[in-house]
Amino acid sequence: MIKYVWKGVKGMKSERIAAIVGAAESELGHLPGRNVLQLQAQAAKRALDDAGFTKDDVDALFTTASWGHFPQLMLGEYLGITPKYTGGTNIGGSSFESHVAHALVGIQAGLFDVALITYGSTNRTSGNRPSAAGLTLSYEEPFGIPSPVGHYAMAAQRHMYEYGTTSEQLAEIAVATRKWAALNEKAFKREPVTIEDVLNSPMIAEPLHLLDCCLITDGGGALVVASAEAAARAKKRPVWILGHAETQTHNTVTHMPDLTVTGAKDTGRRAMEMAGITHDEIDVVQVYDSFTITVLLTLESLGFCKPGEGGDFVSGQRTAPGGEFPLNTSGGGLSYCHPGMFGIFLLIEAVRQLRGECGERQVKDAKISLVNGTGGTLSSTSTVILGRD
Amino acid sequence: MQGQIPKPLIDSDSQPFWEGVREGKLLLQKCGDCERYIFYPRIICPHCFSEHMTWEETSGKGKIHSYTVIHKAPPAFKGEVPYVVGVIDLDEGVRMLSRIIGDRNDLSIDQPVSVVYEKIDDDLTLPYFKVTGA
Ligand SMILES: [Zn+2]
Repeated sequence: MIKYVWKGVKGMKSERIAAIVGAAESELGHLPGRNVLQLQAQAAKRALDDAGFTKDDVDALFTTASWGHFPQLMLGEYLGITPKYTGGTNIGGSSFESHVAHALVGIQAGLFDVALITYGSTNRTSGNRPSAAGLTLSYEEPFGIPSPVGHYAMAAQRHMYEYGTTSEQLAEIAVATRKWAALNEKAFKREPVTIEDVLNSPMIAEPLHLLDCCLITDGGGALVVASAEAAARAKKRPVWILGHAETQTHNTVTHMPDLTVTGAKDTGRRAMEMAGITHDEIDVVQVYDSFTITVLLTLESLGFCKPGEGGDFVSGQRTAPGGEFPLNTSGGGLSYCHPGMFGIFLLIEAVRQLRGECGERQVKDAKISLVNGTGGTLSSTSTVILGRD
Repeated sequence: MQGQIPKPLIDSDSQPFWEGVREGKLLLQKCGDCERYIFYPRIICPHCFSEHMTWEETSGKGKIHSYTVIHKAPPAFKGEVPYVVGVIDLDEGVRMLSRIIGDRNDLSIDQPVSVVYEKIDDDLTLPYFKVTGA
């Protein structure tokens, strides 16, 4: 395999090993009558079309799901794909950032050339996922904690206690994200909201209100990751995977080392080191917004501001369109879509921004994007740095 | 539509803990080698991988590390809202998730709490925590 040394923008030194060459959603929103396999088939077809590839180019398949046993087997059969390599890491909503990273690793090892990564869910029409009671969750579930919102609420409460962070500051995130959604015709919620609207929305788990929480929608997404050689055959410019890192810190909230710090503190640093970039070289950031507090903790943990400064960082609509720090430009899980797991949609939006395909919401000259998935109850983190030539 | 409260899994890891609770005792495991308390119970110490785990009765005292007032509850708990769930730092150095009972307007992080035993039904008693003193 030919390896190119990255000599792209701003002195980055990563090797060009693999790139995202296709990205697409299925239908999104409220989709009665659709099933998870149909949504993934739609997204897979559209992502392969986007790449200019066919199903026969695919030699690795990655997916994960909460909808059944052996989702890779069921999906592979449904799509008629017999991969040389199957991936299925399930660490919650951040799984897809890891799938991209693992696809790169497999390509680097020479195991395959083209990976298809898919996700699909009908969370909105078929209701919430079944509870996975038992084993070590026995020390949480009998006490009536709603998962995951209760866990994130306790993290928010602790952050407020330690640093004086306010509900208004968390609401800034929801308001700014909605402004991005207004610029995305695929977004589920596009009407503007104010800080007062967020504060006046029903309380779910204090201090988190309804509008501090992500949507519950149906939908699917897919990505095509290709080796440098295969990427040269793709229809569009490659979006290179420049750096990646993942970690998991806990499963039950009582084992979270610090309720105000996520694993992004570790993965952000490692991914940026691998990419050979610094914070000020990043043009557009996509971080998992399961809740407003997730965003605030993640920005601090990634080092965009110091611990405790997240509230000030997002104030004054700094992350909104036209602000200094373009964040979650699709409208995020808070306003665009959130079918159970959002990680793949962070990547789809990053790819589109780096290709300059985002129309009204395009961040000018975006060359480097940081994507940060968070899964479980702030349990897992997977960071990917993407860049274009 | 209210479901049943999810019952804890009683197995060879957890049985002494839940039996203790039923008898009004808060038992924690302590490692015979590194001498640290752990929670939840395990067959092996997550700090030093020792298999010499012993059970100790504890004070049941601690303080609130964080909490949340639940307004939208899982189905089995819908009739109880609003109620408080918190994480408690026990004096023995471990953290436990539980219900915090009493006047929720008085609550704050770092307040001292102690265990109380709430009989849910004939089969299940849960360790809850209550703010101590004024
Ligand atoms: Zn030990």
